[in-house]
Amino acid sequence: MTAPVLALDRLGVRLPPGADRSHALQDVSLAIAAGEILCVVGESGSGKSMTANAVMRLLPVGVAIDGGQVRFDGRDLASLPEAEMRRVRGAGIAMIFQEPMTALNPLRTIGDQIGEMFGIHTGLGRAAVHERVQALLEEVRIPDPVRAARAYPHELSGGQRQRAMIAMALALDPKVLIADEPTTALDVTTQAQILALIRDLQRRKGTAVLFITHDFGVVAEIADRVAVMQHGRVVEEGPAAEVLERPRHPYTRQLIAAVPPLKAPPPRPLSDEPILAIAHLSKTYRTGGFLGRGARVTHAVRDVSLVLPRGGTLGIVGESGSGKSTLARCIVRLVDPDQGSVRLEGTDLATLPRAAMRGQTRHIQMVFQDPFGSLNPRRRAGELVAQGPIVHGMPRAQAMARARELFALVGLDPASADRYPHEFSGGQRQRIGLARALALEPRVLVADEPVSALDVSVQAQVLALLADLRLRLGLSIVFITHDLRVAAQICDLVAVMKDGEVVEHGPAGAVFERPRHAYTKALLESIPGREFGGLAQAPA
Amino acid sequence: MRILSLAGRRLAASIPTLLLILIGVFLLLQFAPGDTVDAMMAQMGGGDAATARQLREFYGLDLSVPAQLGQYLWRLVRLDLGFSAIYGKPVATVIAERLPATILLMTASLSFAFFAGLVLGVVAARGVNRWPDTIISTLGLVFYATPSFWFGLMAIVVFSIYLQWLPAGGLEDITQVQTGIWRTLDIARHLVLPTLTLGLIFLAIYLRIMRASMLEVLNLDFVRTARAKGLDETRVVVRHVLRNALLPMVTLIGLQAGTMLGGSVVVESVFSLPGLGRLAYESVVQRDLNTLLGIVFVSALLVIAVNFLVDLLYARLDPRITPGG
Amino acid sequence: MGWVRGYFRSPPAVIGLVLLLLVVAMAASAGWLFPRDPLALAGRPLVWPLDNPRFWLGTDNSGRDIAAQIFHGARISLLIGLVATVIAVLIGIVIGAVAGYYGGAVDTILMRVTEAFQTLPNFLLLLVLVVVFGSNITTVTIAIGVVSWPAPARLTRAEFLSLRNREFVQAGRTLGLPDFKLIFGEILPNALPPVIVYASVVMAVAILLESALAFLRLSDPNVASWGNLIGLGRDVLRVQWYVSAIPGVAILVTVLAVSLVGQGLNDALNPRLKGR
Repeated sequence: MTAPVLALDRLGVRLPPGADRSHALQDVSLAIAAGEILCVVGESGSGKSMTANAVMRLLPVGVAIDGGQVRFDGRDLASLPEAEMRRVRGAGIAMIFQEPMTALNPLRTIGDQIGEMFGIHTGLGRAAVHERVQALLEEVRIPDPVRAARAYPHELSGGQRQRAMIAMALALDPKVLIADEPTTALDVTTQAQILALIRDLQRRKGTAVLFITHDFGVVAEIADRVAVMQHGRVVEEGPAAEVLERPRHPYTRQLIAAVPPLKAPPPRPLSDEPILAIAHLSKTYRTGGFLGRGARVTHAVRDVSLVLPRGGTLGIVGESGSGKSTLARCIVRLVDPDQGSVRLEGTDLATLPRAAMRGQTRHIQMVFQDPFGSLNPRRRAGELVAQGPIVHGMPRAQAMARARELFALVGLDPASADRYPHEFSGGQRQRIGLARALALEPRVLVADEPVSALDVSVQAQVLALLADLRLRLGLSIVFITHDLRVAAQICDLVAVMKDGEVVEHGPAGAVFERPRHAYTKALLESIPGREFGGLAQAPA
Repeated sequence: MRILSLAGRRLAASIPTLLLILIGVFLLLQFAPGDTVDAMMAQMGGGDAATARQLREFYGLDLSVPAQLGQYLWRLVRLDLGFSAIYGKPVATVIAERLPATILLMTASLSFAFFAGLVLGVVAARGVNRWPDTIISTLGLVFYATPSFWFGLMAIVVFSIYLQWLPAGGLEDITQVQTGIWRTLDIARHLVLPTLTLGLIFLAIYLRIMRASMLEVLNLDFVRTARAKGLDETRVVVRHVLRNALLPMVTLIGLQAGTMLGGSVVVESVFSLPGLGRLAYESVVQRDLNTLLGIVFVSALLVIAVNFLVDLLYARLDPRITPGG
Repeated sequence: MGWVRGYFRSPPAVIGLVLLLLVVAMAASAGWLFPRDPLALAGRPLVWPLDNPRFWLGTDNSGRDIAAQIFHGARISLLIGLVATVIAVLIGIVIGAVAGYYGGAVDTILMRVTEAFQTLPNFLLLLVLVVVFGSNITTVTIAIGVVSWPAPARLTRAEFLSLRNREFVQAGRTLGLPDFKLIFGEILPNALPPVIVYASVVMAVAILLESALAFLRLSDPNVASWGNLIGLGRDVLRVQWYVSAIPGVAILVTVLAVSLVGQGLNDALNPRLKGR
């Protein structure tokens, strides 16, 4: 390995008193050479983002470096005076962030914000800056760079905004680029493009990249070397191929085992009898407009027809804005569809009056995405689970007893039913949500991205629980997800949605191995680290 | 174009609001004991029932309530606010005489409160939880709790009676005739205390909002981006934080316009300023309902006008505002 | 009850509570310390404070005991402030909840009405109400409540709008909960804390509105109100400025106490936003 451009040497970062631990980082040693991509990977709370902020010395109030060095350009950044540190930021080490919408100033144009880089660190004149901004925007292959420079952040798409961020970060040819989860907020196809762009620019310019991510697929796609972090320490570090294929540390092994492979398991036998039949379902939104003029029309769901066989799991996959979530909400009547029918064992839910639909809710239940937002913070966990049966006429004492049984069923301590939601972890909350849905003994469960907000190891546990319950209770499930790896693992049937329409559907194995529609193919090809996953697969 | 169409739409939307106010207040005043004719008769020192009936017929007061309302609205369309029996002039004339003083006072108070609040809010937020912040925030709380009329009286005691620096009331010195710059200066001198008095509570509100808004924006992601670019703190604040933090302040101007106009009733009474607020007070005391209704109309127009300007300003500051949303 | 400890850890909040308790104590002890009618003649007019031990805060233009008026005035200020606030917040919560939960045409109509109330200067509306319904203490209190509801209504509506589409409310709907259970059982408890905190602002404004009305002699002349006394003192401002000054301090302290308690509650209930 050539001499490192940036080297962290036993770096420690102290948290303010009263935090859940004393240090965010302890003894973190890392080194990046020019032209190299080092991925720092870990789950939430591992300290990976804190590492990035510590290098830039942009730590939150009360948090401070309390040991070790950050060597860059022959100096120790950890002890540099603030004024000199400012000269390093942007010029020597630049940074891009997870959420390009909030990372850009909403009130200033893209060109203005990129040009500011030159204003801070160089003495270039207006015309020269303008020229450089155009060149940069072309370099990051933003469509119509002249217009993009004049646009405000909200006028660009997520991918374009992240390209603009990259253009800004690379404006002064920094030696090091720190990318903090730069593709996490993006759709999978956009993510593939941004990853390709970062790698391409980095190769051409020989930039050293410190890439923070939680996604092993992204690591497999882009990393030269990998450092795995847990609880503020680096537990394993080495060349990407080595760490991914022969992980030494048990934590790394556990993390990698939790990444679902992109290959569907052998198909399960499916019943011929449909339990839920969706036919020609449509939902259109109209926004804005004045007396019928200038209204924007969005076809959120357009003529969707799908069938869920009894005991089967139907996956609905798609990117954001594909209409998959609206479809889920139409099925349970959180949203009233404009047209079409949703037949649950012969009863058309789509046209049921409100009061009658309230009665039907016991047969079809929903599990939500956000483990924090989906539980009323002011009710005890047991009460949340018992609420459904009570509404449907079960005496309170009986419903509470039933709630405790369900707690055991979903793998929670029945004694914890007296606690409030904030006293549980994300994975546990998702189990509460599952127990709440199961309390009414529904025949169909609609799960809207139920594992998307969870860390990969927790995600694996919840998926395993779902698979187990499906078998034991004979549940039929509609499973909404943007994550094709997850879909491959749990779904018998898969429907791919784009712009409100189902472009392809069929058995999971067939869709994943022999995609017919061009969009499905593009989607599958965009998944980072396609080949990766499933080597150390634990039996589900 | 975007801004104009936006503001135009908002203006159109305020027409039903205005109508709602006028109809509501008109109907409300129907419940008032005594009408204009009673007030006039009292003014004239009494009169017989026949005269009263004639007068009621003349003013259309013998009609049914809906008919009177219709008549009233139709007169408003022609900008006819009716006749003030107390002042013996058309209401429009009475109000037009009083309007300039109020607009002057409001503009001065608003500017004072806005800019002082802005500066103090920024200073407090930059030194959050240190002594400048503590002092400014405490002052803000005290100003907020101070009744404006009491502050005005105490200011008169200190600055007019003891120190004799500033006049205790009136809009200008009526003992001597002044013109041009001297008259302007004289009016400005007369307006110092009323401006401070009316602006005090708004200063407290603006500084609190500005401080909170600054702290909020300072925590946003793009501020971290700005720091990661290598900007120093002063430039981060000036170039990235300030304009974003100003948005809630601008919104507040529109929301507070009505409150400020209400506050001028008291302040104008304290300082004997010949403004709209004092007129409102006088017409309440003298039961001059026609004038009161006219003041309600003009005040609502004034608030709508201020909100229109605020919308224009906001749309200029924030490119995300579109006519559709 | 962690927020109670959080509240007592903030010095301004504790100061506010002490001041508020002081005013409450004044109101409670008024009848016992000053059993006579506070508006009755008590001695020579315009006795300076501390001159006569019987009238340690002096007497006003017509020889009434200022201290007695201050103590009895605390009752009026707190009573009007409290009742008007309850009226305003109740109206505000109902209108805001209905508008925010149902949205659509109901929301548009209710918001138009709210806008109308906000466009009309509230003090002017208060004057109109006093003209129409007279100025005894009951009508004044109700009138102040009626002009103060738009802000809590907007706040409640905003909370409902953001909570309405939260997943736990949707979850309640998929469980089959009827609308009124969703509104009162699921959303309202979560929307309430900021509204309760805002009630302190409503109360502060209500006390100020009443005192301004009394200062203009448009409030109930038959009760001892601080604003009345300030208005009275205006006639002797040149020399006996204390007649106006003393009740003003009482108003200031009361409003300050209410604001400090409100802010302390806010910080204690939302520790994340502390210091904002």
